[in-house]
Amino acid sequence: MTTATRTIGSASAREEDYLWTLNFGPQHPATHTTLRIVLKLDGERVVDAVPDIGYLHSGFEKLGEHLDYNQYVTVTDRMNYISPMANNVAWHHAVETLLGIELTPRCKYIRVLISELARISDHLLSTGAMGLDTGAFTFFLYAFYQREKIYDIFETLCGARFTNSYTRVGGVMHDITPLVVEKIRAFIKDFPKTLEDMEKLLNRNRIFVDRTTDVGVLTKEEAINRSCTGPIARASGVTRDVRKDQPYLGYEDFDFQVCCAKAGDCFARYYVRMAEMRESLKILAQAVENIPAGPANIGVDERTALPTKQQVYQTIEGTITHFELVMANRGFEVPCEEVYAANETGNGELGFYIAGDGSNVAYRARCRPPSFIHFAVFPHLIRGHTLSDLVAVLGSLNIIAAELDR
Amino acid sequence: MSTLSEVVAALKDRFAEVTDSEFRGQTRVVVQQSQCFDALSCLKNEYGFDMLVDVTCVDYLNFRDATDRFGLVYVLAGTESNLQLTVRVMLNEPDLTVPSVVPLWEGANWMEREVWDMFGIRFEGHPDLRRILLPEEFAAHPLRKDYPLQGRGERHNFPVLTRAEA
Amino acid sequence: MAIELPENVVVSKLDSLASWCRKNSLWPMPFATACCGIELMATGASRHDLARFGAEVFRFSPRQCDLMIVAGRVVMKMLPVLQRIWQQMHEPKWCISMGACASTGGVFDTYSVVQGIDRFIPVDMYVPGCPPRPEQLIQAIIDLQDKIQAEGTIEGREFNTFARQQRKRALMELPIIGGPQIIMPPRQGVN
Repeated sequence: MTTATRTIGSASAREEDYLWTLNFGPQHPATHTTLRIVLKLDGERVVDAVPDIGYLHSGFEKLGEHLDYNQYVTVTDRMNYISPMANNVAWHHAVETLLGIELTPRCKYIRVLISELARISDHLLSTGAMGLDTGAFTFFLYAFYQREKIYDIFETLCGARFTNSYTRVGGVMHDITPLVVEKIRAFIKDFPKTLEDMEKLLNRNRIFVDRTTDVGVLTKEEAINRSCTGPIARASGVTRDVRKDQPYLGYEDFDFQVCCAKAGDCFARYYVRMAEMRESLKILAQAVENIPAGPANIGVDERTALPTKQQVYQTIEGTITHFELVMANRGFEVPCEEVYAANETGNGELGFYIAGDGSNVAYRARCRPPSFIHFAVFPHLIRGHTLSDLVAVLGSLNIIAAELDR
Repeated sequence: MSTLSEVVAALKDRFAEVTDSEFRGQTRVVVQQSQCFDALSCLKNEYGFDMLVDVTCVDYLNFRDATDRFGLVYVLAGTESNLQLTVRVMLNEPDLTVPSVVPLWEGANWMEREVWDMFGIRFEGHPDLRRILLPEEFAAHPLRKDYPLQGRGERHNFPVLTRAEA
Repeated sequence: MAIELPENVVVSKLDSLASWCRKNSLWPMPFATACCGIELMATGASRHDLARFGAEVFRFSPRQCDLMIVAGRVVMKMLPVLQRIWQQMHEPKWCISMGACASTGGVFDTYSVVQGIDRFIPVDMYVPGCPPRPEQLIQAIIDLQDKIQAEGTIEGREFNTFARQQRKRALMELPIIGGPQIIMPPRQGVN
């Protein structure tokens, strides 16, 4: 890879020949996924870092122009694959904004439940992997065991462990069952204990604290100017949270707090994530006890959500709706308009910019990926720190390559 | 703190041929290509749109009743005012060049590189306008509507390793 | 040492000894690119625990490994890296193509995704699923162990059989979508 390295580094490298050039990735355990960074080192200190991405670019947005609004949800699963449910919800939130669909209260609560569970599993993996990179393997195992429990809930809910494809336009695939509610209740009961254990493992752990404090500091102004969102921005003191600022899915009904820190370093990002898991648990506890009765999908007469089998076989409206939706060149009516709609996922603001052209296939399905925007900040964060800080910063940013490259 | 309608009215006063529309509660304005940088910098510096949420582009080649080829989209948000505004700039071949907004928002750097990579729109004054997702030697801009979904054979243009030689 | 034992007797015993050693100490090299990588991590983590089957020593250096698990889609920017890492691994080596994307391209029939890594490197075991469950991956590793035990030879002759090359050639000559026109200049050798 030496030849490629030379072309990617800037021209000034020739004058500064005493600097080392180190190629990091694209297949490196600490990157977790496929990203490549060309580092310029002065001894152990990082002078410059040039990220080189695209090692997982699979044309998601092009594919979005060929799959219809319900089919594309399978592709969003594979976007941020550590919290697929949140992506499903974000995609169909955008589609429903375009179509002007008002969901049923029950569906909103189900979606709140699954997106908060997805947020917890996202934060578990990102803090777990950060612990793994800084030497805390036990912490990673604790996190992964709880993720398996969330997988279990999702499996009971929709049959798939983690590429769920659970939402549909105007509703969800299956209604939530009492067994799932029971499992979520058990999770809410068990999880705080593990969370406490995890916090005890790292919060005052000398090695971890020393490796993450004052490393990769991002100030509030920089965070805003560089478009950061989610835990990264909130660890720098930006209070923006789409759930509070532009409430969707009835988030305004829930009592929760936006967790912020001021330091903006790696430890603050870790700390904000741990605190957010507690807030998510609060939302989960409120939502699971108050799931409204009624149908999960919107009515048959709206002609957007697929009717149930019983409706198809026993009512004429159901049959017609099913026929209209399933036939190739029919489907629902979509305005020739463009919308941008965003959700707060574990990683930050996940937005979709959809252009509809009347057919049931999006004309343009742009995704605003938080990982992409956060990774652009990375060279700024790592400059001046040592090589061993690199994995801590990378872990705290939680870069998911499939979302980064799409 | 001004409301969104006041911002749009002020923009219309300052810049010629600004049109606005609203859909599902989202306000969009279309500004001219020549005035795009001035309008965006005015929005940032005077009306508190301090965050650039997204930069993207739409290719209107097959879009019904479309008169322009490309529509460049800037989604702006104000972190204090909690307003959101979509600014669009219509572009036509052969002049696919707009001034880069990296001097205003650092976050635009990679987003503009992605738009260049996918649509071939040049951003003047961008510090480092290279392809970002596709390999440097790739010749097309794949999100344009005249590029096929399955590509033109680039994906299989590699030597094959067999057991004997590996 | 003029004693000549019948060749088949001795060799078959050494072969099975070597195969037995090899199959029980597979060191996987996780080439995890996408979603399947998370399931690969889950396979190694506490609940599923790949260590029960003697293949838990994940090493990220290709020089130390003999089983490459390609988990996730491989795109055209990544393929030269994959080939290079495959070449860096020592013989005997095996390759598991985990998941639909690595095996066939999966749902991603797009301009940048390679439609199956077996077009470019040899593959021993395919695991279906999008992504496969950890149990499926464990089953694939067990099957691969059986395969190594059944047909492994100490010199690795099983890798060079005519039938195998034939099979690979059939895969190589699949038509390439997009016709003969090549936009990109052909790449130099991966070295």
